[in-house]
Amino acid sequence: MTLNMGPQHPATHGVLRVELELDGETVVKATPHVGYLHTGIEKTAEAKLYYKVIPMTDRMDYLAPMSNNLGFCLAVEKLLGLEMPERVVYARVILTELTRIASHLVWVGTHALDLGAMSMLLYAFREREMIIDIYEACSGQRMMSTYFRVGGLAYDLPDDFEKRVKNILKVIPERLKDYERLLNDNKIFRSRTIGVGVISAEDAINCSLTGPCLRGSGVNYDVRKANPYCGYEKFEFDVPLGKNGDVYDRYLIRMEEMRQSLRIIKQALEGMPPGPYRVHAPGIVLPPKEDVLSKMESLIFHFKIITEGFKPPRGAVYQAIESPKGELGYYISSDGTNKPHRMRVRPPSFINLSALPKMVEGRLMADVIAVIGSIDIVLGEVDR
Amino acid sequence: MLEDKVREFLKKNFEEAIVREDNFRNQQSFYIKRDYLYDICRALKAEPELEFVILSDICSLDWLGDVEEKEGRFEVIYNLYSLKSKYRLLLKVRLAESDPTIDTVTTIWQGANWMEREVFDLMGITFVGHPDLRKIVTPDELEGYPLRKDYPLTYEMPQFSYNKNEPPEVIL
Repeated sequence: MTLNMGPQHPATHGVLRVELELDGETVVKATPHVGYLHTGIEKTAEAKLYYKVIPMTDRMDYLAPMSNNLGFCLAVEKLLGLEMPERVVYARVILTELTRIASHLVWVGTHALDLGAMSMLLYAFREREMIIDIYEACSGQRMMSTYFRVGGLAYDLPDDFEKRVKNILKVIPERLKDYERLLNDNKIFRSRTIGVGVISAEDAINCSLTGPCLRGSGVNYDVRKANPYCGYEKFEFDVPLGKNGDVYDRYLIRMEEMRQSLRIIKQALEGMPPGPYRVHAPGIVLPPKEDVLSKMESLIFHFKIITEGFKPPRGAVYQAIESPKGELGYYISSDGTNKPHRMRVRPPSFINLSALPKMVEGRLMADVIAVIGSIDIVLGEVDR
Repeated sequence: MLEDKVREFLKKNFEEAIVREDNFRNQQSFYIKRDYLYDICRALKAEPELEFVILSDICSLDWLGDVEEKEGRFEVIYNLYSLKSKYRLLLKVRLAESDPTIDTVTTIWQGANWMEREVFDLMGITFVGHPDLRKIVTPDELEGYPLRKDYPLTYEMPQFSYNKNEPPEVIL
């Protein structure tokens, strides 16, 4: 029997369609179909000035907007050869780690909901709200923050930033314990996840998996440790690894990653130096507002950047970051004009999703839901 | 250090395949000839000192109208990563407009399957020997290859068969 799961199925986390060939309740063949949310972001970016691409990156992985912004900004900064001030580096680290927690919270809520634990969703969204409030305080937007800029941040951090983050550092560890009390020894949750969707380390590498899906199989690859970017070499944290490569291991890893993120945030908050929130690079980065209102040169630079943008040298760079889903890479090719010649996004969830058939074939149909949840896909990013 | 090792290895075994090397912003990349791609990939993965076991990404770009077009209009970029040495290497292949085909690497890395399908769908490059080369992100009715530079961006709608002859709406 052939069964269509999706595109409008609550457990596919968006518009994903999986064509399942079933023998009784066993999946013989699974074929994922994607593209229902294809918006052509890569093509559109070719017609936009560099700084106008940033709002589009938010809309790919809409559960982790800051990570997407960071990847793009770092790639363009690499292209330009810009170095960031310390304060920007620390602020970016704090915000992207908060993003990781927010994304994992949504994941743990929806994943548990898929498997029948309804209350988890409400708890997870309650905690996520605190992080969303920080986005709003920083950028004025709750979800599509567009807070990072090429050369720094859009605005300075809000006055009560430290207080809010400290509150999160205090509250979330307790709440994580609550979640684990709800799920770790929950008989239903365990039987639906342990030994389900197993992928071996070899297969995971061969399928180009990254992020918690790869680490769940015990492969130690985290871009933050392997090729540090944005000052991650300054912080101490561990990379949790799984053993069995099943859904339960990926769950444990994400829970532990949230704790490690809190550790990084704590260190970054303590070490955050005062200083400018943008790098001084005339002609590339907008000058401070006071200067624009009082100095002629700054006004000219401001006008020129907004109307003409900036022109990076000819060349191509690849910048990878560890987004909550895995390795998010931007390949930006510049032809010396003020618009990207080509922007390629290496979407982690697209490539992780391609291993879905390998994880579900030969198993029960109900496992498909658990496995899709455990890959942690966001269809906005899969289709772009 | 690995940079030199990669260079030595490629020079020794595939001297005739290398067009040139590029080191923009400390990112080593090699332009190689199309016919050698499969062999080079397999050798880079198997060589015990290098072990480029992960294929991070495959992407493509179109140099239409640029000075670089004379070397071949299309460029396919293979993004290899070595887990052991934490090192990234880009292999770039130029393809002529008249013959945009290249060997598949799905037999080396399974992960290449969807990446190659996406390049095929959006850029129109055919991967010879791919097990399941179908469109992946665009609808079946969509004609043309959206990421090519001669595909108009000025249409409000993508060109489907039903609005193909309508005049373009310019959005600037």
